[in-house]
Amino acid sequence: MSNSDYDPACLPDLLPLYYRRLFPFPQYYRWLSYGGVSKNYFQNREFSFTLKDDIYVRYQSFSTQNELEKEMQKMVPYKIDIGAVYSHRPSQHNTVKSGTFQALEKELVFDIDMTDYDDVRRCCSAADICSKCWTLMTIAIRILDRALREDFGFHHLLWVYSGRRGVHCWVCDEAARKLSVAARSAVAEYLSLVKGGEETTRKVVLSDPIHPFINHSLSVVEHYFPQYAIVEQDILGSKESLDKVLALLPEDILSSPKFHLTAHIKKDLTTYCQKVKNPMERWGELCSLVEHKKSSTKKGGQYIDKEIMLQYCYPRLDVNVSKGVNHLLKSPFSVHPKTGRISVPIDLKELNTFDPFEVPTISLICEELEKPRADEVEDEDMKDKENEQDAGERRRIRDYKRTSLAKYVKVFDRFLETMARSRKGEMLKKSDLQKDF
Amino acid sequence: MQFSGRRKKLIGSSQNDLYDHCLQFYGQPPLDNISLTEFENFAVERLKLLKTVENLGVSYVRNSDQYSKKLEAEFLSLNFPYRTELDDRKVQAGISEYEKRRKDHISHFILRLAYCQTEDLRRWFIQQEMDLFRYRFSCLPSKHKTDFLHKNNLKYETVSAEEKKSLKDKLINSSYGLSGITVEEYDFYKVPFQDALDLVRTRKVYLLAGNAYIPHQEIVAIVLNDFRTRLSKALAMTARSLPAVQSDERLQPLLSHLSHAYVGQDYSIQKNIGKISLEQIDALSGKSFPLCMRHLHKALRENHHLRHGGRMQYGLFLKGIGLTLEQALQFWRSEFVKGKVDADKFDKAYAYSVRHMFGKEGKRTDYTPYSCMKVILSNPPSQGDYHGCPFRHSDPELLKQKLQSYKISPSGINQVLELVKGMHYQLACQKYFELTHSVEDAGFSLNHPNQYFTESQKLLGGGRDIKKEVEMSQRSQENPPNISRPSQANTKQAHEEMGDLDSFFQDE
Repeated sequence: MSNSDYDPACLPDLLPLYYRRLFPFPQYYRWLSYGGVSKNYFQNREFSFTLKDDIYVRYQSFSTQNELEKEMQKMVPYKIDIGAVYSHRPSQHNTVKSGTFQALEKELVFDIDMTDYDDVRRCCSAADICSKCWTLMTIAIRILDRALREDFGFHHLLWVYSGRRGVHCWVCDEAARKLSVAARSAVAEYLSLVKGGEETTRKVVLSDPIHPFINHSLSVVEHYFPQYAIVEQDILGSKESLDKVLALLPEDILSSPKFHLTAHIKKDLTTYCQKVKNPMERWGELCSLVEHKKSSTKKGGQYIDKEIMLQYCYPRLDVNVSKGVNHLLKSPFSVHPKTGRISVPIDLKELNTFDPFEVPTISLICEELEKPRADEVEDEDMKDKENEQDAGERRRIRDYKRTSLAKYVKVFDRFLETMARSRKGEMLKKSDLQKDF
Repeated sequence: MQFSGRRKKLIGSSQNDLYDHCLQFYGQPPLDNISLTEFENFAVERLKLLKTVENLGVSYVRNSDQYSKKLEAEFLSLNFPYRTELDDRKVQAGISEYEKRRKDHISHFILRLAYCQTEDLRRWFIQQEMDLFRYRFSCLPSKHKTDFLHKNNLKYETVSAEEKKSLKDKLINSSYGLSGITVEEYDFYKVPFQDALDLVRTRKVYLLAGNAYIPHQEIVAIVLNDFRTRLSKALAMTARSLPAVQSDERLQPLLSHLSHAYVGQDYSIQKNIGKISLEQIDALSGKSFPLCMRHLHKALRENHHLRHGGRMQYGLFLKGIGLTLEQALQFWRSEFVKGKVDADKFDKAYAYSVRHMFGKEGKRTDYTPYSCMKVILSNPPSQGDYHGCPFRHSDPELLKQKLQSYKISPSGINQVLELVKGMHYQLACQKYFELTHSVEDAGFSLNHPNQYFTESQKLLGGGRDIKKEVEMSQRSQENPPNISRPSQANTKQAHEEMGDLDSFFQDE
């Protein structure tokens, strides 16, 4: 149903409709204003648009929600990126004295891209994804969300489906928006465990002591690993894939053959696999071989099984995306031109059942606009809202609520509500401190 | 209740408030009036302290016993605060703790003026002040450390015992080298993660709710980072307001003198005049000359010429070791004449400058031989020059070859090169001294080429006169304000004169 055959060629017709009647401008503006606490926060924000025929324009900025709407409806961007909040209005950056126009703040962002896992997934490669490898995104979200909240103390995280092959995380806390380049890169490196490119075979190396962060991440990975890696990805199923796993074992460096942990494991496991075909049992054997050898040798190799699990499952993030204060990232609720899918917020409460193939495409929701849904229901609070807003907006609210986009905008609303409440709490605290006793 | 939270007014306030801690971040500049004498003395003494910090830092492992002992001796002799109880107002040998802290405060700010102008100076100053701070902070008892942090708005709370207990395993697993005992016994500080980025980046610390749990040994690194950032910013700001300061005629000469940083004897008083004969110079150049002068002498002998920079550096040095004007004229003429210059031309063009050096021409100022600092920092050599400091200005490969040709052992050469790599040029020269004289320890801190010569002669069994010279120089290094005051005036003037002289001989 969601795959209402999307054809990129229809974009020029669908986009204007989307921007006129479906894009949630009020919520979007509410988000990026952050309660109006900082002057000109929205006005100094950079947006970049990719227009038809790949024309790319940077340093777009807008004074009001209305202006944003009008411009987007006029320019009909195929892609929308959000950049930093600058010292001056980005659209006027040419008039500013050279050197004074600077990126000041931006959300801390993370980009997890499925292509970065190509060396460890067998089901797909490049831009393709399937339900089997989507588990990797689930694992990534669970691990990173926990770490960003519990270790770093952030509260306002917006996870968004990128529209094709990955997810983005927008950390919107005030402290996060104010982070320096060095701090962002430090956070990203803290969260990185898989290191190395094409030339590196063994990308995860663990040594004592194991940091609590790694332990937390391991428990998430261990939860998903058997079903995901052993069964679905079948990483021990064939000789070829088995060899790939064994290639991750650390090299035997000690001179005495007695301590050749890797050689022993390889030999024993290969023998075992000739007799036993069940992948789960093979994995069990590998783990017990590691356990056994661990006690008999003193040096290294004690975490081989954990390293393998991490290499196959642990989130791979691009530090460069997170580092830069002025880095531009795809905007939530923008359309992915190749797939037609909307970049929608992900509800973490429903993470286990999130299906990227159920995410509405622009063609679907435009279609839904035309025909009323069978189960269309008007919310109670709609009546109140009608009294406050203008006709156009009212219509638009009714509009997206009639489509599959509705539930995602609700997720976004809840996110915004939480931030608003937290801001209120902060202000109360501050005014308490300043009150006369 | 109104919270003012603004700057404290320091109007001759009680002694307690102003310097209530023996350590400080130097956040607020001093507001009192001081005499020029005090200004000068304070600055010179802090400079000596920082130089000692530098020397000790290279010669010994920081915070080792020897390091601490020697540094504390310096604190005492120069009357700087380093480790006392918070409220100690006892008068110790005439100088109260308050006075020491005031001196610490003021002298730091004076040196900022002198050291803010170039990248090199700033780097040096920041490095030594950081080492000084690190030492003094580590001397503080634990409670005073926390007090200090809080007084300076480093809101680093210590972790309560209960929390430590509940997090014990996590804390142990977060840092290398922590055991259950260390966690229980030692303090942990809760620091916002943004202030501990290096530890966060490498995952060497436990993080919870945005705070890094830092064991107290590591808190120093964090505090130092903060210190460095503040000082760096402050120096940049100082540099911007410097022109206003420099326009004060009383201060300008002193400040520029300071940053050329030589605070020992200036070798303008020669007790050995006439004791060196020209025939001895070749032999002496190999035995007792520092590398720069050996280098210059060799170049002069080979090329029968030296350019202006080389003539000044070497010529003044020779004056410092005792050559008379007549000897000097003879020396230079005989060498130049072997080259492209005939006797007439020499008398016309070069003799004047030799006489100038001896104060017999022009303003008749008796110029002083260059200190190591001056050689290293001013007038870098270009193609065709042989002056400067070989440890600073030579390509390390060439330096290595030269040392090899002087039959220095390979391990000795490596030691020298290591020091050069660390930019410790004078220490490298000192090492060269030790290697060429086959001694373990030079026994002095090298600051001046003539000092090198004097010490070398002393070691090689020079006469009684040499010994007297050495004693004099040692005494003057202890009380520079007294003995060298008259010649300080000379040096100040000389510094200005140098400008004239240099421009006079511009095309050479």
